[in-house]
Amino acid sequence: MAIDKETVEYVAHLARIELKPEELERLSRQLHDIIGFIDQLSALDVEQVKPASHILPISNVLREDKPHVCLTPDKALENAPSKIGNFFSVPKIIE
Amino acid sequence: MDLNQLTAHELLDRLKKGQVVSKSILDSLYARIQAVEPKVKAYARFKPGDKLSLNLQASALSAGLPITIKDNICTEGLNTECCSKILADFQPPYDATVISKLKAAGSSIFPLKSNMDEFAFGSSTENSYFGTTHNPWDLGSVPGGSSGGSAAAVASDEAIWALGSDTGGSIRQPASFCGVVGLKPTYGRVSRFGLIAFASSLDQIGPITKDVEDAAILTRIISGYDPNDSTSVNQEVPDYTKSLGNEIKGLKIGTPKEYFIEGMDAQVKSVIEEAVNRLKSLGGAINQVSLPHTQYAVPVYYIIATAEASSNLARFDGVQYGYRAKSTSLIDMYKKTRAEGFGEEAKRRIILGTFALSHGYYDAYYLRALKVRTLIKNDFDAVFKDFDCIVAPTSPTPAFKIGERTQDPLKMYLSDIYTISVNLAGIPAISIPCGFTKNGLPVGLQIMAKPFNEEMLFRVAHAFEQNTEWHKVKPRL
Repeated sequence: MAIDKETVEYVAHLARIELKPEELERLSRQLHDIIGFIDQLSALDVEQVKPASHILPISNVLREDKPHVCLTPDKALENAPSKIGNFFSVPKIIE
Repeated sequence: MDLNQLTAHELLDRLKKGQVVSKSILDSLYARIQAVEPKVKAYARFKPGDKLSLNLQASALSAGLPITIKDNICTEGLNTECCSKILADFQPPYDATVISKLKAAGSSIFPLKSNMDEFAFGSSTENSYFGTTHNPWDLGSVPGGSSGGSAAAVASDEAIWALGSDTGGSIRQPASFCGVVGLKPTYGRVSRFGLIAFASSLDQIGPITKDVEDAAILTRIISGYDPNDSTSVNQEVPDYTKSLGNEIKGLKIGTPKEYFIEGMDAQVKSVIEEAVNRLKSLGGAINQVSLPHTQYAVPVYYIIATAEASSNLARFDGVQYGYRAKSTSLIDMYKKTRAEGFGEEAKRRIILGTFALSHGYYDAYYLRALKVRTLIKNDFDAVFKDFDCIVAPTSPTPAFKIGERTQDPLKMYLSDIYTISVNLAGIPAISIPCGFTKNGLPVGLQIMAKPFNEEMLFRVAHAFEQNTEWHKVKPRL
């Protein structure tokens, strides 16, 4: 399967990364090669194989439903680039 | 010998007997760092002439042995930036579980964090926002990666011992390139809580040390169940030092034929063959084994690891921490923050991973990769039915030159061809020094075992080490 410039541009938008035109060119070329290399996986017959969703035989790990100590709002906001009161502050979402 | 040149177990012994105080160990490390760090650049954010005294005095108050920590493991109040611009000035509000365990065991956390490829994306430590680390054995070569800073610091005696993280070889490959010991524990053995996630189904924290005994001591300290990591396993942690000093006579040791292939450096090949012969002379029963899906490990990894990374790195959007680009609209702020904050390899991997998970490609790539991962795991299960461990090279080549592979990401990805399967299968593996090339570059021997059988790794690695002198050779800087 080939990956073209339009696909890379679309996927970069999904990943919320702005690409400069020259970055888009270079990445498209490199990803084309990488995907070409990865495509050797299609030679394998995996029809009957189960996907390895968990590599260890553990599942449904739940914690006890008890209150416990967690970060205080002050601590959680310590690294915020911008905050107002007890909230993270971001540019306006609704016009 | 200066104190900073000693192993951790030698220093712990002297501390216990009152022959040395923590302050003098820190002083010797500090003197060494001032002398060689401008050449090696093993630490992030180090500025020559920087007076570390305040921090040093603070750490000296806890009388423990200093340990160097990779820049992606959270240390409360101490910069942890994954060597990325996007986490500029980030000071975690909490300690990773491994850090809490180290502190409880009396260690003091060294105030400088070690350099790494941004978000652990790389095999050479060339992708760091803070610049490239240089290999102490040849300053023109890379130290390996992504834990290249930790490995170079230990090799150059700028650290007593260190922690790294290993997602596809990021502890073992730099350990091999720098001539030190590096262990990737079984998936679930060590808590990942507070390790800034790259690929959650593959990441493990592990030790980088000067010898096998140090690795055994450190692994015991950091291992164990943690309710804060739902993938950590509730299984008793043995005293790994009890695995040391045992003979290996009669152990069944497999050498995978798929690992001894064309493309492997001829000198690495002969050093590894000599190491295997040494194990044989120590009584190991060596036989060739097959891991038939080995060739698919790299393609599988670059789907699974990047898919998980694309999801894990979604949190870096300029809202909660780190760098934020100036913008008046939210989506634009995300896009600009990530464009300016992430380096080239991070962007490449996030976009590749997003592609593999996106509508229309999920089945062909992500799901298929998960299925081939099962086949790779089955290969190991089959071999371990009949064998106690597997030995192989850690890397197909010794350390390569700085800049040699940066223009060709695919070539860089193939640096990890011998280490990646271990992460995909969730098993433990160790890399130990086993010789040098003609140009004096170290070569690492990799030993792999069944899940939760780190004891086997320490037993074989220690037997080999005690019968060789490779771990005692130091780089001239």
